[in-house]
Amino acid sequence: MALDNAEILKIAKLARLQVNANQVDDYADSISSILDLVDAMQKVDTDGVAPLANPLDAEQRLRVDEVTANNQRDDFMAIAPKAEAGLFLVPKVIE
Amino acid sequence: MSWEIVIGLEIHVQLATQSKLFSGAKVGFGAEPNTQTTLVDLGMPGALPVFNAEALRLAVMFGTAIDAEIGKRSIFARKNYFYPDLPKGYQTSQMDDPIVGLGHIDIELEDGSSKRIGVTRAHLEEDAGKSLHEDFDGMTGIDLNRSSTPLLEIVSEPDMRSAKEAVAYMRKMHAIVTTLGISDGNMAEGSMRCDANVSIRPKGQEEYGTRTELKNINSFRFIERAINVEVERQIDILEDGGSITQETRLYDADKNETRSMRSKEEANDYRYFPCPDLLPIIIDDDYINGIREQLPELPDQRRQRFIDDYQLSAYDSGVLSSSRTMADYFEAVQNACGDAKLSANWVTGELAKYLNANDVEIENSPVSSLQLGQLLARIKDDTINGKGAKTVFEELWHGAEDVDAVIAAKGLKQVSDMGAIEAMVDEVISNSPNQVQQYIDAEPEKRGKMLGYFMGQVMKASKGAANPGQVNGILKKKLDALC
Repeated sequence: MALDNAEILKIAKLARLQVNANQVDDYADSISSILDLVDAMQKVDTDGVAPLANPLDAEQRLRVDEVTANNQRDDFMAIAPKAEAGLFLVPKVIE
Repeated sequence: MSWEIVIGLEIHVQLATQSKLFSGAKVGFGAEPNTQTTLVDLGMPGALPVFNAEALRLAVMFGTAIDAEIGKRSIFARKNYFYPDLPKGYQTSQMDDPIVGLGHIDIELEDGSSKRIGVTRAHLEEDAGKSLHEDFDGMTGIDLNRSSTPLLEIVSEPDMRSAKEAVAYMRKMHAIVTTLGISDGNMAEGSMRCDANVSIRPKGQEEYGTRTELKNINSFRFIERAINVEVERQIDILEDGGSITQETRLYDADKNETRSMRSKEEANDYRYFPCPDLLPIIIDDDYINGIREQLPELPDQRRQRFIDDYQLSAYDSGVLSSSRTMADYFEAVQNACGDAKLSANWVTGELAKYLNANDVEIENSPVSSLQLGQLLARIKDDTINGKGAKTVFEELWHGAEDVDAVIAAKGLKQVSDMGAIEAMVDEVISNSPNQVQQYIDAEPEKRGKMLGYFMGQVMKASKGAANPGQVNGILKKKLDALC
């Protein structure tokens, strides 16, 4: 399966990755070759094989519903690039 | 052209856990910003989620209550998108293999019939934080207290055909969720939020029209208004020869309009994949049956019991069982006064009138169920009549505490003294010779209606304090003696 340049740019945008215009062809080639490998794997007969959600042969352990964490805001604020009035500040976002 | 409306709802219910879905931080509304967060909620690299057992139990409880298939092996997935109040860059949710599969609930329609609405699925997911766009030197403030709060997203089939049905579905879900106690259901605080998928198609057409998604409708009233205004918009477009764009739209309650929220280009490309940080959740029949056995009485069952045990109408029973607090309140009143019909009339009548007029929820009613029960007991034992009771109710609403004290202070004790009532009746009869003659001349079966005039006169003479039942009896006896 081959990806064209427009798809590469769309994926990059969704992933918030900056891709230089002169690299787009390279990415299209290398990601397409990964998808070729996936296509090859798709040919394996998997009838009767349950989908694998996680490679570990284990099940999720559960946590008792208890509040175990204290207020650590001051510690978190200390490592934030910018904070004010107990809030983390980020560049303005408008929906 | 005649159009058919097709509606499906996605309801987000905040689960009533102490701690978060994936961390030991406290869940709570209204705390100081960022005081209820951990490294996990902040999405710090290397911080790993640990799944909350109670969230699982509450989700399974919901599934058993709506007769749904329960996922014995369910999987968490990552829903990827970028927004500052989601610092991980993905929301942990469920895609394939949700915890709750196909189920259903029944809603009651206005004509008294009921309709089954399919529930496609319900899955566990975490909430995001909050962005505050107020001015911080041109920056946006982020509060992550809500981050990782456990949500159950309940997705309906596109089975609803009017805004009223959508409201009935939402109300029934609210009743189920609050009855189970899996959420406080507080819509104002966002514990229950609703998105509506709305489309229209020509009547008789099988294929669905293009739908729009209305976001974050946060009250029962707005569901109906938002859907109706969106349906009108779609009809206008199609009847003008246009086409509907599939998009997310925001309902603006102030302007009563919907407007486009996100461009189609970026919509819904979330690149789900199984979350490698969380293993499959495995549960067995013993676990599920253990929860099923502990289900409380559900709203439909309670409604039926109100009909069977209290001989209430289907309508009253439906209203009274529409929320757990309402049903509990009604049953407490009925226990205190021993008269179900009277209790139902007052809870759905006078009390509802005051609650609506003052925009107060029943759990915050200034008149407690015990007070109302005591008040109704005074009607039952003929201490006061209905009119006096309304006066007492008003006093209780404004802070009075003791029913009997109000009755005494306001002089509302009704006159049940036979002699006093007879004297008033005699006076009315002697002052109304014309009406008395009409009564005598009337055919016997028409006389009952004519009593009304005399009743009114006697009640007026007693300043409303006479016992209406006694007045009626004495009047009838004395007038019939003249015929």
